[in-house]
Amino acid sequence: MTGLFHSVLLIEEKCRGCTRCIKNCPTEAIRVRQGKARINAERCTDCGECIRTCDNHAKTAITDSLERLRDFKYTIALPAPALYGQFGPTVEPDQVLAALIDMGFDDVYEVARGADVATLVTREYLRAHREVRPMISAACPAVVRLIQVRFPALIDHLIPVDSPMTCAGKLAKESKSRELGIPPEDIGAFFITPCPAKVTWVREAVRRGFSSVDGAISISDVYGEVSRRLASPAPAPARRKASGAGIGWGGSGGENAAVGLGNYIVVDGIHSVVGVLEEVEVGRLADVDFIEAQACVGGCVGGALTVRNPFIAHVHLERLVKRFGDLPAFAASEEEDLRRRARAGGFDMRQDIAAVPAFRLDHDVSRAISKAEMIEKVVKDLPGLDCGSCGSPHCRALAEDIVQGLAVDTDCVFKLRDQVKILAEQLFDLAKKNPSAMSAEDGAKGRKE
Amino acid sequence: MRLECRVTGGDFQAAGEAAAKLKRTLRQVGIDAETGRRAAIVAYEAEMNIVIHALRGVLSVEISPECIEILANDEGPGIPDIPLAMQEGYSTAPEHIREMGFGAGLGLPNMKRYSDEFRIESVVGRGTSVRMVIKIASKGSQT
Ligand SMILES: Nc1ncnc2c1ncn2[C@@H]1O[C@H](COP(=O)(O)OP(=O)(O)OP(=O)(O)O)[C@@H](O)[C@H]1O
Ligand code: SF4
Ligand code: SF4
Ligand SMILES: [Mg+2]
Repeated sequence: MTGLFHSVLLIEEKCRGCTRCIKNCPTEAIRVRQGKARINAERCTDCGECIRTCDNHAKTAITDSLERLRDFKYTIALPAPALYGQFGPTVEPDQVLAALIDMGFDDVYEVARGADVATLVTREYLRAHREVRPMISAACPAVVRLIQVRFPALIDHLIPVDSPMTCAGKLAKESKSRELGIPPEDIGAFFITPCPAKVTWVREAVRRGFSSVDGAISISDVYGEVSRRLASPAPAPARRKASGAGIGWGGSGGENAAVGLGNYIVVDGIHSVVGVLEEVEVGRLADVDFIEAQACVGGCVGGALTVRNPFIAHVHLERLVKRFGDLPAFAASEEEDLRRRARAGGFDMRQDIAAVPAFRLDHDVSRAISKAEMIEKVVKDLPGLDCGSCGSPHCRALAEDIVQGLAVDTDCVFKLRDQVKILAEQLFDLAKKNPSAMSAEDGAKGRKE
Repeated sequence: MRLECRVTGGDFQAAGEAAAKLKRTLRQVGIDAETGRRAAIVAYEAEMNIVIHALRGVLSVEISPECIEILANDEGPGIPDIPLAMQEGYSTAPEHIREMGFGAGLGLPNMKRYSDEFRIESVVGRGTSVRMVIKIASKGSQT
């Protein structure tokens, strides 16, 4: 548990222990103990739901600062498609890209362009692999993590294709390293991220070794800087290469519109995603080919680190999709190269998505079974109101925590009240008793006479 | 250990809760993902058959390190012709049930397919009981 990095974290001073967040967490990762929320690192998916829920702003996301650009000889910004949606209809993607360069990046590579690559590779994969249905997109890292933690049986349903961000990072670094004749390690690729989940994904990749993306800077951190530069429009060099379809990946439905294969479902918002995955897990939806699932309502434009209202941002994106939609994403030869590379496993991320047994009660199955049995006993004794005031999300979760030694039954306010009542009755009984050395009558009175 | 859940015919609000409870427990016990998935599928199909076709019933599950035993007992109309009901594609589900995505006639065949032992008994006018056993192949310690 220790050592796992998470972008999402709690600011302890701000937390007032209100228990609002615990019920909204899709993996039941949060507990309130001693008046403060705590996040179980193994279970957390970095979906950002608790950041959105907390009225005290006690949950936050760690991201990389612009300072980190100094760590590299050459830097490339990888803006998420959702970044374009943050600006109004008069702003051209080229202006946004120029602003990033003006802010200090040496170059840009659009993640929307990476999405064009992912579109191509995903199509290939769906065509070549018909044995498992439905297949689920792995572009949203919070959904991937949710599956690793809560739906391990569905890992085989994930499309093991690099996300648009990773595709962009790979291709950007490779071409720059070739062009400039410097090793890829000297090039820093920074994702301009809509969400904490991507930050965590990037850090994990970096921790494992050489990564195609080196850091993640939040959209909200660059928003002001970019906007400022848009106010005084300088001649922007034309740099946008992404197709409209690639830009569309930034909003829910965009991925499907781009891939455009077979029966599909689009689902957004982590709780709705859970609902759909529950169905897939019990064998339903086998007639669906492809599920586009995103943790944020509205897709990445709804990410916890974005600035604009997701619905407005989505409209902005849609406009760009229409405007640039017809342009072919790649030249024929380029496309053939990408295909060949995909077939050789060049965009495969299967090794990054093993199951995470964060719910297991014990390493030993027999012991785990006895613990599960104890949980059944304990839960029968709890009131079943699922009020959450114990600091666990519902009565069953408290029972689990009690059996795991992480809570006691009097954490339940109703149990506590019962205990207090019993204690009060015992006290009362005790008060009526007289030590045998005293007379049956009131001893003090006797002495006075 | 034993889990028991009441299932009410026609209650689509609560439908799937018994299977969901089983899934939660299997995840906690650390049964390997694939065995857990098979158990979840057969339990869900058995539960839905009670919800759709019967009046009321109980889904009970016995979990041991070696196997998962699932019993679905219900009071209901029973099944007059079991071999026919076991055929893929055979269903008596009415239109409004089909609109909800059920009634493909795949439940019973899948329950049989995904379990290592399968037995079904039914008395017309009384009810149906299904017993399924899924063996746990590995020790299930890695997932
Ligand atoms: N518990 C039950 N009580 C009464 N009849 C049942 C019961 N279970 C199954 N049947 C009968 O057997 C038929 C086939 O069942 P099966 O589960 O294979 O398909 P279904 O429930 O109709 O559709 P699906 O399971 O694909 O949604 C049902 O249509 C019904 O007539
Ligand atoms: S980020 Fe999501 S998974 Fe992690 S603690 Fe918050 S709500 Fe739970
Ligand atoms: S939907 Fe997009 S913004 Fe939200 S968590 Fe997933 S990848 Fe991040
Ligand atoms: Mg059925």
